[in-house]
Amino acid sequence: MKFYDVTELAFRNLRESLLRNSLTTVGISVGVASLVAMLSLGVGLQQLAGRKLEKSGLFDTVIVTSRRDLRGYEHDQERNGPSPAESPVLDEAARLKMEQLPGVKEAYPDIRFVTELRYDDKPHLTMVAGLPESAKSNDAFDGMQGNFFTSNDAHQAIILKSFAEELQGRTPKRGEPEPAVAEVAKPLLGKTMILRYAQRAPGQASPTAKPNDVLSAMDAYSVVSKELTVTIIGVTDLNPDSMRGQAGARVYLPLDLAESLHVLQTSDLRNVASDTAGTPTYSTVSVRVTSASKVPQVEAAVKKLGFNTFSITDATKSVRQFFAVLDLFLGIFGSLALAVASIGIVNTLVMAILERRREIGIMKAIGASDSDVKGLFFAEAGAMGVLGGLLGVALGWTIGQLINLGTNVYMRRHDFPPEKVWLVPWWLVGGAILFSILVSLLSGLYPASRAARLDPVQALRYE
Amino acid sequence: MSSKAAISLQDVCRNYRMGETLIRAVDGVSLEIPAGQFVALLGSSGSGKSSLLNLIAGLDRTSSGTVTVQNQDLAALSRESLAKHRLKTVGMVFQSFNLISSMNLLENVELPLRFAEVERAKREGMARQSLERVGLGARLKHRPSELSGGEQQRASLARALINQPRILLADEPTGNLDSRTGTEIMSLIGEFNESLGMTIVMVTHERGIAERYARRMVFLADGKVVGDQVNSGAAK
Repeated sequence: MKFYDVTELAFRNLRESLLRNSLTTVGISVGVASLVAMLSLGVGLQQLAGRKLEKSGLFDTVIVTSRRDLRGYEHDQERNGPSPAESPVLDEAARLKMEQLPGVKEAYPDIRFVTELRYDDKPHLTMVAGLPESAKSNDAFDGMQGNFFTSNDAHQAIILKSFAEELQGRTPKRGEPEPAVAEVAKPLLGKTMILRYAQRAPGQASPTAKPNDVLSAMDAYSVVSKELTVTIIGVTDLNPDSMRGQAGARVYLPLDLAESLHVLQTSDLRNVASDTAGTPTYSTVSVRVTSASKVPQVEAAVKKLGFNTFSITDATKSVRQFFAVLDLFLGIFGSLALAVASIGIVNTLVMAILERRREIGIMKAIGASDSDVKGLFFAEAGAMGVLGGLLGVALGWTIGQLINLGTNVYMRRHDFPPEKVWLVPWWLVGGAILFSILVSLLSGLYPASRAARLDPVQALRYE
Repeated sequence: MSSKAAISLQDVCRNYRMGETLIRAVDGVSLEIPAGQFVALLGSSGSGKSSLLNLIAGLDRTSSGTVTVQNQDLAALSRESLAKHRLKTVGMVFQSFNLISSMNLLENVELPLRFAEVERAKREGMARQSLERVGLGARLKHRPSELSGGEQQRASLARALINQPRILLADEPTGNLDSRTGTEIMSLIGEFNESLGMTIVMVTHERGIAERYARRMVFLADGKVVGDQVNSGAAK
């Protein structure tokens, strides 16, 4: 029998026992829906975690330090690389070289210093850091009050909520509910603070210096006390510098502004005695990579340049592994419902054979071959699989949308930004339908071959 | 075996085992049926006439002996080839009509054409023509339950003839019909024999019908042939 004849006959047979076949199809669709629901939850959570990790800037950043500097994070690096004395200086030229490496989005110096800020004529000592423009996409600024810097050298500052509370002299007491960011930020946004810092200015050589002194005019510098007025433009609850823990800054300036201040860095003091004192050096350079997967490659390239590096790629690997296991288990639980549904198909088709015994006998008597009969039952199972698959995907998708809706209502109530925890990718839609057809066909295998083996003489005698 | 014989049976046996006992439904039957002959198989219930018909139809296989139909030894055929034999070589009608109740007449008659993989475009015309030939041109879209017994049997005849077989096997075709309708059906079968030259093997227990239409009457009892006579009084 031709394919379209088999299909047509199968669909007409399905219509004949509409209620039973519909119930079986609904059974399959519930199975498929549960599979889709489970897996899309896994996919959604994985992507959510991926987005969060990526936005945190933790996993696509390589921190570069000079070997000349303090000992690196890994002692292995010191043992394997050139000796500290022979390794290169971490300066602007080195930064530009890193920016040219393949897979690198940007490389910016880590400018941070502890200094005094005056607000309302009261001094506050804290860590100040420069923030590149690319940090705008950082997760920490999602719920920020106010705005991000208008330009990379604007005289503006973004402060942490804890610092904002300190400026207003309102430290939350234990047990009291924390005030909302908006409440803390409101009186501060648009106000100014005075930043006091020590500038490293090019200086004169000591008049007593002899011509063959190591310390020439080029290498000398003087330290000048300076002031800068900055406007508070944003207050954020989450710390963009979370990777540094307690050492994290609480006040952020635009990176170019921070750099232009030429604040005396600790490394400057150390370098006074060395022969590199003439050019300013950086204590740390942060290298942002285009994707987390390129971190090891970039790390290796930076190490080749002679610097120490640090990154937390291993953490992403274990996160991926966790989700692979989670997906597997969710998939197994989802498939259980489909397995139960497949027993329903076997039952429906075996019942159909008993009911249509005579019909099978007639078909054989007028010339249907074993394969015609087998094909017919197989097609009926397949058709139930197709319909159940389509219905199931639609059902699973609807459940997902409802859960997304519910989750977001819950998130909003708890002051979190809405998130898409449920995601049905196209591969899952196609895969679920195919899987449903496959399971249905497998379930149809036994009933179909049983129908094909039916003895026509016996079947015709059956009333 | 004569090469002209449409059906040739050589010492055919068909045994069934029921528990400890062996039932010889067909017990050593040898028979030659020339092409174009109208043969009636007569006998009481359980004489083995339907079993013999099933063996010729290829619905069942012999326990021993050979059944040759249109020069083809049925024992040598695979299950698939035997299905082809039922589809193309023989047409069958039954006492209980055996139409598929969920299909209308046109679909019922079209069914063997689907198995024969005849193009969809040609099928409806062929089925319609076949139904018109048995006088059911006006009932194409009716389901079997909406028809009388005679009409159902005529539809079943239209289905048996749709693939233009050379042999028609009829198992008590008038068994479920009143005598007037039975006569109508027998006239149609007789007409196919006359006008198309079809070989007809009909199982019946009504001697009157056999005497009126069949050219040859074969009597069976306990699975054996107990009489074989030419009937010169058959209607022309």
